Amino acid sequence: MPLIRPATVQQFRTASFNERMAPLILLVVLLALVPPLAQALDDPFIIKLFTRVIVFAIAAVALNLVVGFSDLISLLQAGFIGIGGYTVAILANHDVNAEVLTTWPFVLVGTSNLAIALPLGALVAAVIAAVTGLICLRTSGAYFIMATLAFNQMLYYFFVALQRYGGEDGLQILGNLHVFGFNVTKRVPFYYVCLGMLAVILVVLDRLIDSRFGVVIRALAQNERRVVALGIPPLRYKLVAFVISGALGGLSGALLAASQQFISPADMAWTRSGELVVMVVLGGLATVWGPVAGAAVFLVLELVLSSYSIHWQLVFGLVIIVMTLYLRGGLADLWSLVVRVYKSESAR
Amino acid sequence: MPYALIVEQLLNGVQFGVMLFLMAAGLTLVFGIMNMINLAHGALYMAGAFLAAALVHVTGNFFLAVIIAVPATGVLGALMEFVVLRRFYVRTHLDQVLVTFGLILVLNEITRLIWGPVPVPLPLPAILAGSIEVFPGVSYPTFRLTILAVGAVVAVALYLVVVHTRAGMWVRAGASNRTMASSLGVNVDFVFSMVFAVGAALAGLAGIMAGPIFAVQVGMGDPILILAFVVTVIGGIGSIRGAFIAALMIGIVDTFGRVLLPPALGSMVIFILMAMILAWRPQGLFPLQG
Repeated sequence: MPLIRPATVQQFRTASFNERMAPLILLVVLLALVPPLAQALDDPFIIKLFTRVIVFAIAAVALNLVVGFSDLISLLQAGFIGIGGYTVAILANHDVNAEVLTTWPFVLVGTSNLAIALPLGALVAAVIAAVTGLICLRTSGAYFIMATLAFNQMLYYFFVALQRYGGEDGLQILGNLHVFGFNVTKRVPFYYVCLGMLAVILVVLDRLIDSRFGVVIRALAQNERRVVALGIPPLRYKLVAFVISGALGGLSGALLAASQQFISPADMAWTRSGELVVMVVLGGLATVWGPVAGAAVFLVLELVLSSYSIHWQLVFGLVIIVMTLYLRGGLADLWSLVVRVYKSESAR
Repeated sequence: MPYALIVEQLLNGVQFGVMLFLMAAGLTLVFGIMNMINLAHGALYMAGAFLAAALVHVTGNFFLAVIIAVPATGVLGALMEFVVLRRFYVRTHLDQVLVTFGLILVLNEITRLIWGPVPVPLPLPAILAGSIEVFPGVSYPTFRLTILAVGAVVAVALYLVVVHTRAGMWVRAGASNRTMASSLGVNVDFVFSMVFAVGAALAGLAGIMAGPIFAVQVGMGDPILILAFVVTVIGGIGSIRGAFIAALMIGIVDTFGRVLLPPALGSMVIFILMAMILAWRPQGLFPLQG
């Protein structure tokens, strides 16, 4: 089995805390400047675009915990996005129609309160991630890829067949989503809510990667046999990484549904999972912040290309092929190049 | 359930199964020998159907179109292997997933450029268009019976080639231990290119046979690709026998699941089956030794 790892996986350890934090803070500050800029340009669409960037960045950053740091190539992330999205949409749907959700084992009613719906979306995704992860993680390598792909398709078909909630057409959120009565779905406040969550996730994930847990999953990615020989059981570590990643995917989906007031099976198609992997690799596998840049570049490129031609996917596919052939470390490599140049300049 | 319906659904299931086998056969051999995961296999299925539709339009003869389109898809597959995929044998699975994902986008878009977004008709010749009474009181479309027969013949032929010929021995040797086979004088790279071309041709054949039943359109290969992955995972990667048994199992379970169960559950039943089998045997039913 060919085992050529991107050298960047090892680089994480050697980068100092400041070196790791600098791009992270820079990205968040840049993203925070988007709304004033959009207002100055009088183009509210920019805010909408970057809300989408942040929402997908959350899913991609989470996916990187599995794909980048654990070397488990999951094509199930879009499935978790769908679970989170449908949780919010279904709860809101029942709230608007004033129907109870279940009556057994206890009565559950719908809600439009995001303070309840968002965590619940993440929780439901976490439960599904735990079940599917337990099965997929029994396998490894290509089996794992195919199994996660199959489960993504299973979740997709489930919602396509769910006529009660719109089936293939998707589910519209008709009521007003709120947080304990406060309206947060206005464009700008919602943008900052999403950005705040992304910032917290980035910092927590950075600490997590550096923790004992993070060291174990990175070690497992490099040589599972040695880690087992040290007496560390691998499954529980991989499963925790997979569940965290799935839960944050669910959160991302919940935010996606709230931002577009709509969720449909198309948001959880397996191609979307592939796109998320592309975002992660485009940004840089071995960094916490890389996928944020990857998501931004991916979605902006998609928008620009699609405005030129309806056949933009041709160019997009070629970009992915060329990227895979030549840009091994993603955009993060460009950053580490900047750091190296800066260091050699200041050493002079 | 009445007897006629059971027989008809059983035939549907077996027919779907042999079609899945044609897809999974190439996938599982390619994976078995080169440890290469190819998401673009579904694009070859689509290519076969589109080529056949175009050839029927030009020649007006369905059988001639099939005879040309199947090897043409094989050549297309060989080309894809030679130009792009060959460089990715030594890369990680992640790189393979990415590059074949990019290939899907490119091939889908090229197809859309040539044939447009509207489904293309693939008309059946009169001789295959009717239906035959297979059992007293059960009539069944001739074309679906033909698919069943062709699929069964190809499956048996493939099995005989892989298990009982020298070329098949190279394939199996390459699959179970590539380095050893290579050092014993088997030109594994060449064998692999051939296997890839044959796998592509089989995918094309499956696409052609699916064409008149489903629609010939861009992206038609994606759902079937994922089912072929399920078959490969259940059967055990690299195993022809496993792929055949798993394909029939998936075909029959899927068909009956959709008839007997509520839709939300019926569409999930094969994935649940996969989950149960993976929980029981993570390496699939017939894993390769070695």
